[in-house]
Amino acid sequence: MNKGQVPATGAINTLIQELNKLPGIGPKSAQRIAYYLLRAHEEQARLLAEAILSLKDKTRLCSVCFNVTETDPCAICSNGQRDHSRVCIVEQPQDILALEHTGTYRGLYHVLHGAISPTEGVGAEDIRGKELLERLRDSPVEEVIMATNPNFEGEQTAMYLSRLISPMGIQVTRLARGLPFGTELEYADDVTLTRAIEGRQQF
Amino acid sequence: MSTPRTYQTEAIIIKKTKLGEADRILTLYTPHLGKIQAVAKGVRRPKSKMAGHLELLTHSLVSLAHGRNLDTITGSQTINSFLPLKSDLKSGACALYATELVNHFAADSIKNSPLFHLLLNTLHRLCQAADGEVALRYFELHLLDHVGYRPQLHRCVSCSQPLKPAVNSFCSSSGGILCAGCSRGRYPTYPLSIAAQEVLRLLQDNDYDAASRLDIGPALAGELEQAMRQYIRYFSEREIKSARWLDALRKQTEQATLRQR
Repeated sequence: MNKGQVPATGAINTLIQELNKLPGIGPKSAQRIAYYLLRAHEEQARLLAEAILSLKDKTRLCSVCFNVTETDPCAICSNGQRDHSRVCIVEQPQDILALEHTGTYRGLYHVLHGAISPTEGVGAEDIRGKELLERLRDSPVEEVIMATNPNFEGEQTAMYLSRLISPMGIQVTRLARGLPFGTELEYADDVTLTRAIEGRQQF
Repeated sequence: MSTPRTYQTEAIIIKKTKLGEADRILTLYTPHLGKIQAVAKGVRRPKSKMAGHLELLTHSLVSLAHGRNLDTITGSQTINSFLPLKSDLKSGACALYATELVNHFAADSIKNSPLFHLLLNTLHRLCQAADGEVALRYFELHLLDHVGYRPQLHRCVSCSQPLKPAVNSFCSSSGGILCAGCSRGRYPTYPLSIAAQEVLRLLQDNDYDAASRLDIGPALAGELEQAMRQYIRYFSEREIKSARWLDALRKQTEQATLRQR
């Protein structure tokens, strides 16, 4: 606690400390939220508490794709309407939300829960790569789409996995890397521009 | 006179960690300021103008503004993006290993231009080399030289007698090679074959042009790698994490070639 601040006591102090541990919430925000909840209707505080508890109770990882879900297998994996011959590899569950928002992809997913980052000590065994290979073996999957982040770790992860998947006779593709929509060419970096030129398409 | 608010420097991005919603803390290795850390705001957003210029293993011209705690990056322009390192698993892993060593051995804000140029040249070499082993061994020996841990390879570190052409012990705690008589009771030691000793001397005494002409077989390359790794491990006082990744990749390549046969 900063000097000059009077430490709050008891339940409110506990709440402030817990809120402070959340990402993006500093000591001041934690205090503001705690005092807000103190003044708020009991109903509102109870709903929040219950939502947090049921989050830990009900959600788990899908045993097929490792997305967070309440049913196992998850809604995407058990959906017969989707294209079961394509699997899109992403680093984290939030990436699925972004891809689903586009509405253009109708295949399945696989969440790695991380990317290979040698200097952080995250190796191939720390991501869900082994589970992916198990899943692809003897499956009807024809194409695996690498949608890991287009940064150094994501590229290494994609290259590593594709080395393992290609020998299985499955086509491995990578999301196109090029210029983001709504930006200016002038500020693009060499890697992005090089790949944008290489991956240009006919009108 | 007050120092100017902003400054510009060449830098190689050697480490990055996430900060908050869309920011990163980058570790930069610079020719005149040594190792510095700086905040890059908003670089995790797809529309960031700086993100691509501040990716790992990129040589950039970076503008920074002095901050209360860490300095903030205000602009960046790529000098060399080292594309081959980013499109190839093996050379990317080798380059990462080199930057991790620099990060471990370089002290904060201590100028060491020779080390900067060694790292920069090593990244260039790794882009071209089919096999990064020689480039990495050369890098390791000269890195130790630049940070003050140059191993003594010509004479016994303990008795200063010229070394006999025989298997001798490479001892990290003594700082070089020990003759048979002096190596008793010393720890940790690593036996070095005659060929390995010669290669290490050649790498240490010559510039890279001469070193790059070396043709080293897999067995000798393995011996040199293990010897250097154990030596470096002693001085860095921690595990070099990307070395594990290099090993994992090599194992995978070996398995793949076995399967093809």
